[in-house]
Amino acid sequence: MPKLPPGLSSQDFQEAIRQFEGAVGKQWVFTSDEDVALYRDSYSVFLGEPEEIVASAAVAPDTVEQVQKVMKIANTFKVPMFPISTGKNLGYGGSAPNLSGSVVLDLKRMNRVLEVDDKRHFALVEPGVSYFDLYRYVHERGLKVLLDLPDPGWGSPVGNSLDHGVGYSTGEMRDHFGSHCGMEVVLPNGELIRTGMGAAPNTNTWQDYRYGAGPYVDGMFSQSNFGVVTKMGFWLNPLPDAYLSGTVTVPKHQDMIPLVDILNYLENSGITNGMPQLGSPIYGGPFAPPDPELSAVMSKPGGATPAELEAYGARKGRGYWSCGLQFYGPEKVIAAQWEHAREKFSSIPGAKFENGPSYKFPLTPEQIEKSHKVTVGVPDLSIFMIGARSPFNANPSHGHVWFSPIVPRTGQAILDAQKVFTDASRETGLPLLNGPAPLPATYYKRAFIFIFGIMVSTDPAVNKKNREAFRNVIKIAAEKGFVEYRTPPAFQDDVVATYSFNNHSLLRFHETIKDAIDPNGILAAGRYGIWPKAMRARKA
Amino acid sequence: MIGSGLIGTSMQGALSVCLLAFGSAALAQTPSDAQLKKGQEVYQNWCWNCHGSGAGKPGTEALRAKYKDARPADLEQRTDLAPVVIKTFVRKGVSIMPIFRKTEISDAELDALAAYLARNTKAKSAN
Repeated sequence: MPKLPPGLSSQDFQEAIRQFEGAVGKQWVFTSDEDVALYRDSYSVFLGEPEEIVASAAVAPDTVEQVQKVMKIANTFKVPMFPISTGKNLGYGGSAPNLSGSVVLDLKRMNRVLEVDDKRHFALVEPGVSYFDLYRYVHERGLKVLLDLPDPGWGSPVGNSLDHGVGYSTGEMRDHFGSHCGMEVVLPNGELIRTGMGAAPNTNTWQDYRYGAGPYVDGMFSQSNFGVVTKMGFWLNPLPDAYLSGTVTVPKHQDMIPLVDILNYLENSGITNGMPQLGSPIYGGPFAPPDPELSAVMSKPGGATPAELEAYGARKGRGYWSCGLQFYGPEKVIAAQWEHAREKFSSIPGAKFENGPSYKFPLTPEQIEKSHKVTVGVPDLSIFMIGARSPFNANPSHGHVWFSPIVPRTGQAILDAQKVFTDASRETGLPLLNGPAPLPATYYKRAFIFIFGIMVSTDPAVNKKNREAFRNVIKIAAEKGFVEYRTPPAFQDDVVATYSFNNHSLLRFHETIKDAIDPNGILAAGRYGIWPKAMRARKA
Repeated sequence: MIGSGLIGTSMQGALSVCLLAFGSAALAQTPSDAQLKKGQEVYQNWCWNCHGSGAGKPGTEALRAKYKDARPADLEQRTDLAPVVIKTFVRKGVSIMPIFRKTEISDAELDALAAYLARNTKAKSAN
């Protein structure tokens, strides 16, 4: 029998398990060492260390009614519960809880696509549905919608959006939480609520109008521990006629500033609607063979100056920075949008343009195979090349964690962030593997997100050193105004501590809510820094 | 501590045990067509996106880098996989491949998957 939940007697835990079995069926309550080990975070930064955060058991309900029963039992015995959807939030905690000894509430069996409407363009799904599942459902029925996807296709639309995940298509839909509409939630005491229009019986607008009447509470259930989300609606893109992409390159270091200004104008005006992608062609691609000339320039004491790199770029015919643009819409319209974008970027002296792939929807299988799949609505797992064995990496990692700060959408902020993170990496020894000029990896419509992968090692000493460095970089970056939007459980207290306005009044407000709606503190203790009262006192 | 060192030395040990078992009881039963069909479905749903053919498949790329031309990189083309090896990787994970839970791939589905991926394996050491 695995470890006990903190504060529970063996007798009470046994009785709670027995009652869980009665609620969901004996075969869906997992208590053996072998079965509970399946709930480890495969990418834990505590790999093989006594501090690894592990579950005590897992319960896998199939229906909302079973979730309610489980939560009521948990309240009776004060069993800490930790809900997961598909459990594939890898790099941000996977299927493991924040508090060791929690019972994982595994919602994977609740995997029903309840509705996809391709006239009003929405979906209603349960938490165990993956992006692969939703794509299969849409594809098999020939529904005319384009899914917005994150990189890992095995993720859950519900789980991804609740952790503020981001996708690749239009600005509105890339914000997965922002594009949801309507929730069903089991509160910690087992009571069921529906938000927005879902609270009004006999309406048919739950996935159309998100606010209902009165306070809009959906945000309380994201990155929190205030309820178990059992259904969630999402707005979807209509299937567009066509897709077009193109790239602008600019020759000077300081061109980053007008480059981003123009990008913002174009995107916030709706002239370009797909996810942009900034690049630094001057350094070659990630798999480019080493260039001795570039190495010579960069290995000078103090590194290369922008002027030296600009001269190198001019000799090689490479731009200093690039910006990839994507357009979804009618073929003639997006061609005109790309033309207008070129006109705008032409105000930067030396700007050059290159047409990228363009497609008509639906794509042929051959086109899908050649495409960056997630940009054309096809879920994928190619992101997991990061850290995998390859011709370029003979020593594969055992996963990774992400360091993910929000950066303002200005060129100057990017240049500042590059210096802050490069210096912080050097100072702390944290290996931020994003090259000499890190750039945003993910793009909210109104904010950049830098994402640095830190590889997990089999050597606990390396992981321990990296954890300490990770915490230091959180502080260093926060002092410069760059704080994270999302982080693994190991660092959630540290990140939440950087949201410190008015003596951490936001966290104190969250704690007030926690105490009111979960007085026994049984749900996802510690998630994003929100601890139950008893543990809060202990932490202090 | 639950399963400490699972992916490190214990993983190596587990695989050694698996490989010793290979060729004996592991290959004793011939799977039915229905089980192979089920296994293929499980493979398509859960494995193909990393281990299939085509570009951008991390599992295939990793195995290609590991084995060069000595073994096929595409798992479906392998002729040397024992069911117990498949099951161990699915339940323990390896490198960037995560653990898969029983709510994702049930024991029965895993049996079918293992039978499917081992369908071309000859029991050359069975005697």
